[in-house]
Amino acid sequence: MTTMETNPATANSTEARRARLSRRRRAAMIGRLRDFGIWLASAVVLLIVWQYLVVTLEISPAVFPTPVAVWDSLYVNMMDGTFVRDLWFTMKEVMIGFFGGATLGFLLALLISEFRPVRVLLYPYVIAFQSVPKTALAPMFLIWFGFGIESKVALVVSTVFFPVLVNTLAGIERTDPDQLDLLRAYCGKRARVFMRVKLPSALPSVFAGLELGVVLALIMAVVSEFLGAVGGLGYRIMIFNTNLDMAGQFAAIIVLSIVGYILHFIVRQIGERVVFWGRAKQGATKV
Amino acid sequence: MTQAEAIRFDNVGRNFETRDGATLMALQSVKLDIEAGEFVSILGPSGCGKTTLLRMAAGLLSPSWGSVRLAEEDILKPRPDFGIVFQQALLLPWLTVLANVLLPVDVQGRDTAPFRERALDLIEMVGLKGFEDRYPTELSGGMQQRVALARSLVHDPKILLMDEPFAALDAMTRENMAAELLRIWDANRKTVLFVTHGIAEAVFLSDRVVVMSARPGRISRIVEIPFGRPRSLELMASGDLRETFEELH
Repeated sequence: MTTMETNPATANSTEARRARLSRRRRAAMIGRLRDFGIWLASAVVLLIVWQYLVVTLEISPAVFPTPVAVWDSLYVNMMDGTFVRDLWFTMKEVMIGFFGGATLGFLLALLISEFRPVRVLLYPYVIAFQSVPKTALAPMFLIWFGFGIESKVALVVSTVFFPVLVNTLAGIERTDPDQLDLLRAYCGKRARVFMRVKLPSALPSVFAGLELGVVLALIMAVVSEFLGAVGGLGYRIMIFNTNLDMAGQFAAIIVLSIVGYILHFIVRQIGERVVFWGRAKQGATKV
Repeated sequence: MTQAEAIRFDNVGRNFETRDGATLMALQSVKLDIEAGEFVSILGPSGCGKTTLLRMAAGLLSPSWGSVRLAEEDILKPRPDFGIVFQQALLLPWLTVLANVLLPVDVQGRDTAPFRERALDLIEMVGLKGFEDRYPTELSGGMQQRVALARSLVHDPKILLMDEPFAALDAMTRENMAAELLRIWDANRKTVLFVTHGIAEAVFLSDRVVVMSARPGRISRIVEIPFGRPRSLELMASGDLRETFEELH
């Protein structure tokens, strides 16, 4: 509190509390570092055991690669630009598909929640198509949109669309009914109430949908590349597979998991910035 | 400032349909005149229809029979010139204290700029000067309810409707909030309809206390509170209040 800091009587205790806090924070940091150290050591042991077993058991590199071979493949494919080009290709599909699907899902959710005729006419289709496994659409999309980026984007759009739509709808419906009652008593205009209350109420749920969507987007981009493509990490995995290059496949999978982690992390961070009042704290508005 | 107005309940009643299709009479027939600038409390156990009565005054619920009138006009739907406080503060966690106080004006589709000064004055009046740019999650329950009180007055309403506004607060905060409310009311003299199940609170605040009984909800008694104004918290502890208190039991 600003008033407290100017008060000399409480200044001391504030400082003491701050010191206590920083001590506790330092202790927590040391604890985390130690845990990380333990994990790192065990991971190194695991890699050594892996290398040792593959070499001594004379397992064919076409069946299971050594970690050293995986690292070599990762290094070579990064340096000669193969993975960079593939990554660019896959990321284009993921990005365009994710933003397209998320935008469509979000906008349709707004229309369905606010306009009854839209709900009556369109919602049955949404429910019907939601249960279709989107991978089943991939071969069809290949025929409709070709081997280029378009068929992959189409599949990603149709995959991201549903979790965003469903979560946005659920979020809007979770708006506190007492809150809406209060604003009705204050003669709130519908559009204003929607913008000020319903939309922000829905945001935590919208971001839950986006987090789910971005992970699915990457999966679907890779799957659709398996079926036929001219580039991308999924396409590269199929090429390696045909050439019995196991190390290459492992390397590509490592790149994919790192990308997936980063994408999810970014969406999560944006969500935490936008929904700054906190998902857990939402109930705190009730006294 | 807007003139306070009188509110009249003319043989008002309300039925509700229960889930199995039966009709339940929540409110039998209430006849009550609240004068302009009067502070009236509705006191009663849960299920006596006091909240139903308030919701009809707010235009959130239509009466099954009888009428609720502001001056000579029937209240059929919510009115922009009413102020309302519920048991929950119901602040929006994504808006600052100032934006929350301005919310009634904002959602009515009006420009909030001309109300800024008034909102800041009200925030100061409820003792939250310096908290204008804070968010509700940073405030205690009592502070949140103060914001709700400031919010109910921002558009200078003719009538203030309060539905157990202090029920969710602890006893100490409750007494302080009651004293605070009286101080603010003394400066404004709005017509206030205050629903509560706290006897001491009702006696301390009101010009008249309307005692209701349940099943079906109806007025059992109307008690004039004799104490002069302004009143202070000392009254709360005095024998005089206890006497009136006993009478209401």
